[in-house]
Amino acid sequence: MSKKIVCRCEDVTEEDILKAIDEGYTDFEELRKKLRIGMGTCQGRTCIMLALRILARKTGKSIEEIEKPSFRPPVVPITLGSLAGEEDEG
Amino acid sequence: MKVDVVIIGGGINGCSLAYQLSKRGIDVALFEKNYICSGATGRCGAGIRQQWSTKENIVLARESVKIFSNLSRELKEDIGFRQGGYLVAIHDEKELKEAEERVKLQRSLGVDVKIIDKDEIREIVPILDPDGMRAIGATFCPTDGHADPFKTTFAYARRAIDNGAKIFTHREVNKIFVEKNKVKGVAADGERIICDYVINCAGAWSKMVAKMAGIDIPNRPLRKEAIVTEKMKRVFDAMVISFRDGIYFSQQSEGNILGGIPGPDEREGYLHQPTFSFLNHMARTLTRYAPVLKFVRVLRHWTGFYDVSPDARPIIGEDTEIKGFIHCHGFSGHGFMLSPMVTKIISDYISDGKDSDYLHSLSIERFKGKDISREVSIVG
Repeated sequence: MSKKIVCRCEDVTEEDILKAIDEGYTDFEELRKKLRIGMGTCQGRTCIMLALRILARKTGKSIEEIEKPSFRPPVVPITLGSLAGEEDEG
Repeated sequence: MKVDVVIIGGGINGCSLAYQLSKRGIDVALFEKNYICSGATGRCGAGIRQQWSTKENIVLARESVKIFSNLSRELKEDIGFRQGGYLVAIHDEKELKEAEERVKLQRSLGVDVKIIDKDEIREIVPILDPDGMRAIGATFCPTDGHADPFKTTFAYARRAIDNGAKIFTHREVNKIFVEKNKVKGVAADGERIICDYVINCAGAWSKMVAKMAGIDIPNRPLRKEAIVTEKMKRVFDAMVISFRDGIYFSQQSEGNILGGIPGPDEREGYLHQPTFSFLNHMARTLTRYAPVLKFVRVLRHWTGFYDVSPDARPIIGEDTEIKGFIHCHGFSGHGFMLSPMVTKIISDYISDGKDSDYLHSLSIERFKGKDISREVSIVG
C-alpha cells in the first residue's frame, strides 16, 4: 500500500492515524497531540478535516459528535521581527 | 464502583501517580474533566532543571532527572528525553554573587553546575548575543534538559491502563464525601465511587477540588502565555533562561523554538485569551537575546495556567485534618520537571506508609503561621 500523507507539515500518514486510534487515542485532541497533526506551518488548514474524517469513520461517529480543536493565533505565521516592531525596547 | 485511590486530574502528576500506584498493585481510578494533557502539562515548556535556590527543589529535580533518564525504557515508549543543559543568564555583579551562592549549594548536592563567561555562552548557544542579553556570564548545568510533555504523559497513562488502572476522560468529580474527617469517596457525574484516598492533581483547579473536601488551600491560578516558531535546522540544545527578564526558550527536538515570558498584562484568574502585549514583549526580548531569530516566524501563541503556591514550592502529602486527602499541587510552573520524584514519594506513602522529609517540609501545614522559605529561581 502506498503511503497516504494526511498532515504534510508534520509528515503524518493515514496509517499512523489508524494505528494511534487502535492504541486508544480516540479523543481528537489526544490523537492530534500524540501525532502532532496540524502543528506545522499550515496550522492544520489541510489536515485537520481529513484527520477528523478518518477518526469519524474509524470510530463510527459523525464529525459533529467529535470535539474540534481550537485555532490558536496568529492566523498566519508572522516573523518575530515584525512582532517586535521597530521601536527599541525602553 | 469501589477503588483504593481516586486521582483527580489527567496531567503529568495524575498520570504518573496512576502508573506508579497501579504498578504497586493498587486499584486506581483517574478522572480528568477534559482530555489527557489538556491543562498545564500540554501547554508547558517541559524543561527539566536542577538549578534551584532551595534544597528541596534541587534534590527533587536531581532525583527526577535520574528517573527521567531511564523512563523511555521503563514505559516502553520514547518520551523524548534529552539533556541539552540549562543556561541561566547572569546580568550584573549582584546576580553573580547570588549565582555563586546557588552554584555552591547545587554542587554540594551533587549537581554538575558551573559559572561561564560571555565567550562560553556563545560556544553553547551560538545564536545568543551576550551584549543584547545584557549578560556578564551565565550558569550552566549540562545534565538539565527536556522531555516531550505529550509523549511522557500519554506513556504513563497507557502503562497505567495496562496495569489495570481506570482512566476516565471528559468526566468531572463534583463531590468528595468526607465522614468524621476521613475521605469516603467521590461522585463523578452522578456515579458514586467509594475510595480510601483522593489525590488532588488538578493543577490550577486544585483550589476547587480541595474545597469539595472542605479544605482551603492558598493557591492561585496565574495565566501564562507561550509561543512556538516554525522549524529550523538544529542550532542549539540548551534551554536559555533569565530570572531578571523572566524569559525561557529552547529549540525542540522537531526544530521549533518554544518559549515564554511574564506578560505585561498578566492577571490572576481563569482568563484564556492570549494577549498581543505578551507577543510583542516576547518578540522584543527574544530578538534582543538572539537577533537572528527576527527572521523566524511564530506559528502559535497560547495560554496556560501556573498553579502558584505562596512560596512557589509544591504542596504535597496527606492533609493533616482530612485523612485520605492527598495534596499534589502548587507546583508554580514546575510540575512537569519535579513530577517523577514527587509522585514516587506520594506513591511510597500510600502503598507502604513510607515517610519522607519532603512530606513534612512541603506539607500544607507550612502555611499555618510559620516562616516560609521562598523559591526565588522562577521564570516564565
